[in-house]
Amino acid sequence: MAGKAASPSVNSFKAVKVNAMTLVTIDKKSWAAGLTTAADAYGLFGPVKEKDYHQFKALEKGEMPDLNMVNTRLSPKSLLFPQSEEMLEYSLDESREDHHIMKEVARDDSPRAIIGIRPCDAKATLLVKLNFDTPDVKDPYWLNAYEATTFIGMACDTPLSTCFCTTAGCGPYHEEGLDMLVMDQGEAYLAKILTEKGKAFADAAGWKAPSEDAAAFDAGKKAAEGRIVSSVKTDNLADTDLLELHAAPFWDDVAFACLNCGTCTFSCPTCWCFDIQDEVHGKAGVRMKNWDSCMFPIFTVHTTGHNPRDTKTQRVRQRFMHKLKYFVDKYDAGIMCVGCGRCVRQCPVNIDIRRVCELMNSFKPEDTCAVQG
Amino acid sequence: MSGYTEKMRDIAGRLLKECAVDMVIGFRKGTMPMMNEPCFVTKPEDVQSLVWDSNCGINLANYLANRKEKIAIFAKGCDSRNIVTHITENKIERDQLHIVGVPCTGMIDKRKITGMVAGEILEVSETENTIKVKTSDAETLLDKKDVLQQNCALCIHRNPVIHDEMVADPVQEQTDIDRYAEIHKIEEMETEDKWRFFDDLLSPCIRCYACRNACPLCYCPTCFVDESKPQWVGKGQDPIDVRTFHLLRAYHCAGRCTDCGACERACPVGINMRLLTRKLEKDCQEQFGWEAGLSPDQRPALDVYKANDPEAFIK
Repeated sequence: MAGKAASPSVNSFKAVKVNAMTLVTIDKKSWAAGLTTAADAYGLFGPVKEKDYHQFKALEKGEMPDLNMVNTRLSPKSLLFPQSEEMLEYSLDESREDHHIMKEVARDDSPRAIIGIRPCDAKATLLVKLNFDTPDVKDPYWLNAYEATTFIGMACDTPLSTCFCTTAGCGPYHEEGLDMLVMDQGEAYLAKILTEKGKAFADAAGWKAPSEDAAAFDAGKKAAEGRIVSSVKTDNLADTDLLELHAAPFWDDVAFACLNCGTCTFSCPTCWCFDIQDEVHGKAGVRMKNWDSCMFPIFTVHTTGHNPRDTKTQRVRQRFMHKLKYFVDKYDAGIMCVGCGRCVRQCPVNIDIRRVCELMNSFKPEDTCAVQG
Repeated sequence: MSGYTEKMRDIAGRLLKECAVDMVIGFRKGTMPMMNEPCFVTKPEDVQSLVWDSNCGINLANYLANRKEKIAIFAKGCDSRNIVTHITENKIERDQLHIVGVPCTGMIDKRKITGMVAGEILEVSETENTIKVKTSDAETLLDKKDVLQQNCALCIHRNPVIHDEMVADPVQEQTDIDRYAEIHKIEEMETEDKWRFFDDLLSPCIRCYACRNACPLCYCPTCFVDESKPQWVGKGQDPIDVRTFHLLRAYHCAGRCTDCGACERACPVGINMRLLTRKLEKDCQEQFGWEAGLSPDQRPALDVYKANDPEAFIK
């Protein structure tokens, strides 16, 4: 291994920098011991198997993340953006001086680390950030959780046949959104420390054994990317006219099978829509933020009762247009999808975003009947 | 069910060419192993996309409610019973339908099969009685009867109860099936244990409503959980709200559910909510001798009053 590192790598400047500063090797005993030590300073979250599926959960003292999983059923977005989150609380009890005053719910924004997040889900966090952290509006709940979190990524050496990250602006060794990227070398882990947060976590875990094996990362990356067998083409999306695409003839066919359930949006690491609800029990009330889904008819119902997106086709079109067109146009940051494949695997009726993306990307407006529009 | 695909394409092609129907509702091949996608075909030249195999577990009756076209639909036993229910409940006219009966030997359980092999399943093929599962480093041959969806293993109405033509001769119905063994076990539990059991059963729920939406019975214009004026149920993950949704949904299906299994099949987190609906099915059978969807000429159990209706449950 050391011999490999000594040979010049593709990007020698970067490699030297990485070698000198930021690669550590962690034997598997030190991994467990390090996590146990780090747990004194960080709340740890990681994938654990519950019933039939892996999910990200707060790890109990001494509990280890199960890094043999391919990926979790639901994405780890819920660690920053819980499905149901209390924001404000109030009392309707008029005998209290503070009745009807909204107060912040006590929050725990102490440091935490997500261990074993996949690179696709970490990249997704940055896409979600575009929504929760804008120049005009900042969502304090999401941002406080984000700032408190260190992302310890696990490189993905066994992607599924439904993973298409490499053509969705991401990849099995992608680093964006991560503070540390860890790869499994069998006997030991090799970790690339990417940020100050990552370094602080490595220090807290006592992971200090330097490595010069940058070539291992390059080789691992190349091999893992070679195992991605699924892809999407997105090159024409930005240049295709929005209204023409909106009026494309394939939407009824795409939407027919759809049940309008929330499986795709709830399992998606980049879907960020939420609803705000007040719930009152007796005289105690809370204002909460709950996941919402553009698949649900009630998502767009006006107080008048009018629903501008009243049909299934309109709702299905909205989901795909948002991910593959509106987002592309608005942010110039690629598609709103990281290719994790969850919606593909979990849709009860097999509506496949790869197929829809192909329809959209290959759509030529002149295909549309001339009288339309 | 081998050979059904070709016959279905012939039938669909014929009906569309004769303009006997405006559309044909069936399945097309999915993009994943063990998945097919419900679809509609309106042109004779498109019938080649239609397929049939043991992965057609979604109930196609779900795609009929309130449609105005003249429709040909492929219906296995459970689908046909839900079509009967739709006709009884005025969700579609009998005259609008050309029902093509599909004698069914059961649909396979994707989750169960996934749990039986190591590694990702890349390909699944089938013969009449076997299922061949291919992963990257192994091939496993399974007996189809061992990997059926549970509702199919317990099915006693495999043949369509209503049809205008059939894809094939009827299959043999299963007999000596104990449909309620699990339900008896739950009934016998102490109250506390029962509570814990249902708590655990429903704990993974993410309220995506895939179960409700996959169900042909759930066609209310606005479901009670979506009502906002007034709002009956909280929208969050409070277990009380989650339970309220599941229990009320089940009660809405009482005397109507055909145990087609679409709800359980659609659930992304593997909840067997059929335990709730089957209890109600059992009660309906015991108290009213009622099985849902067997004939459009019968009024549903909860739709009629008889002087000798059991009333022991009124306390």
